[in-house]
Amino acid sequence: MALKGNLRDFSIIQVLNLINLAKKTGALYIESSSKSAKLIFREGKLVYATTGMDAVPLIKIMARSKLIPSSAAASLSERYRTLNDMELGITLINSGYLTQDQIFTGIADFFKDILRGLFTLTEGLFNFEADEQPPSTSIPLRMALEDIIIEGSRQAHEHEDLKNEIPSLDVALKFAERPGVNIRDIKLNAEEWRVISYVNPKNSIKQIATAAKLNDFQIRRVVYNLLQAGLVEMIRLNSPVASAPPHAIPARNPIEQRNLVNRVIDRIKTI
Amino acid sequence: MQTQTVKIVVTGPFNAGKTELIRSVSEIEVVNTEKKVTSESEKVKNSTTVAMDFGRITVDNDLVLFLFGTPGQKRFDFMWEILSEGMLGFIVLVDSTRPETFREARGILETFRAYAPTPYIVVANKQDLADAWSLEDIRVALRLDPAIKLLPCTAKKKSSVKTVLLELLYAILEELDSTKS
Ligand SMILES: Nc1nc2c(ncn2[C@@H]2O[C@H](COP(=O)(O)OP(=O)(O)OP(=O)(O)O)[C@@H](O)[C@H]2O)c(=O)[nH]1
Ligand SMILES: [Mg+2]
Repeated sequence: MALKGNLRDFSIIQVLNLINLAKKTGALYIESSSKSAKLIFREGKLVYATTGMDAVPLIKIMARSKLIPSSAAASLSERYRTLNDMELGITLINSGYLTQDQIFTGIADFFKDILRGLFTLTEGLFNFEADEQPPSTSIPLRMALEDIIIEGSRQAHEHEDLKNEIPSLDVALKFAERPGVNIRDIKLNAEEWRVISYVNPKNSIKQIATAAKLNDFQIRRVVYNLLQAGLVEMIRLNSPVASAPPHAIPARNPIEQRNLVNRVIDRIKTI
Repeated sequence: MQTQTVKIVVTGPFNAGKTELIRSVSEIEVVNTEKKVTSESEKVKNSTTVAMDFGRITVDNDLVLFLFGTPGQKRFDFMWEILSEGMLGFIVLVDSTRPETFREARGILETFRAYAPTPYIVVANKQDLADAWSLEDIRVALRLDPAIKLLPCTAKKKSSVKTVLLELLYAILEELDSTKS
């Protein structure tokens, strides 16, 4: 089974969204004319990221986040030359140089920068290799993807096509049931919070837009961001179906209809 | 007694295999209106359906099933009108090897969600190809509700299409049961 395509057609945000929602484990390879990257996920969380050929050493990552002064980076690298990342991390913690939180923050910032660098790609191949694991010596950080997906989705140029994606505003939203994801932990902007506060199977997107004072374009953009991050789902409006087309429900009575369907079933079985 | 007709509609993005699916089970040569593809972006194939595909299965002496395939573009405006009478349900077909069409497939699905509960299933076609995405990934990429059936298919194979049709019919029975009241 393949999970590959071109970023021209299926953006990096959509790929991350898929990995996040399907809780995938494995490596995502990105190959474009300007960049290449390898991202490893475990149950939908990012655990490892590199661009180009080589992994960036932990000391450099810490120096980037200014957790280690760049003046000290060279001598530390030299002193701990023989240690792998995991051993080095433990050494830095034990020597009181850095806390575990600082190390995790530094790595998460580094991961996010790599992802941000990929957001701008408008073409390039992606390929997901299931079950690939990070090097056993890497620091065991698991970075949740919701924040970065929302961030990327906000700046994406995909919004032009949103009418295709969300053709009808006469549908409702409900919160996605995703154990372990608390919406309060996610960095939403004011517009997104306003929309979130009206999410209810009884409110159509159009009604939410009116209440939140957003126009059609704005509401589609917000809904799209929330959908991408897996926070909400679209559902049929839980009220009289205003938009049902005429005669959409067959005019026959249910017993007759049942009978017809059963006859068709019997016939199809003989094909 | 007059012959009754029922309809099943096969819709989905360009090149998903709608014509192929109908052709696999229709007892008549599929009446289709293909034309040569001229647009650059859609050069993956030589011909596309411009009006409806039309297949037929005789059920018994007084019942006929029609299979309609929607054309590669512009699906909805005219569709409800033409097809609503006697329509049992829909198949939304996607090409499992072309993620670039999933966005359009999602648009189709979101449209259905807004309407009355017409039963439909989603079918991941071309599962015989090495590039095919797995059902699990397609379900997430299409944001499919867990209640909606998603089935694998190889439209070129009659047995595969048969399974798909039966699953749709079972979904229709379930829908009838749930609206019995
Ligand atoms: N390998 C493989 N190829 C398939 C399958 N189904 C369809 N195809 C091929 O995919 C191409 C498109 O099939 P069509 O049936 O013309 O697709 P369509 O959905 O009717 O296309 P439009 O009418 O243009 O929207 C053809 O070359 C088919 O032979 C399948 O299950 N497996
Ligand atoms: Mg066709």
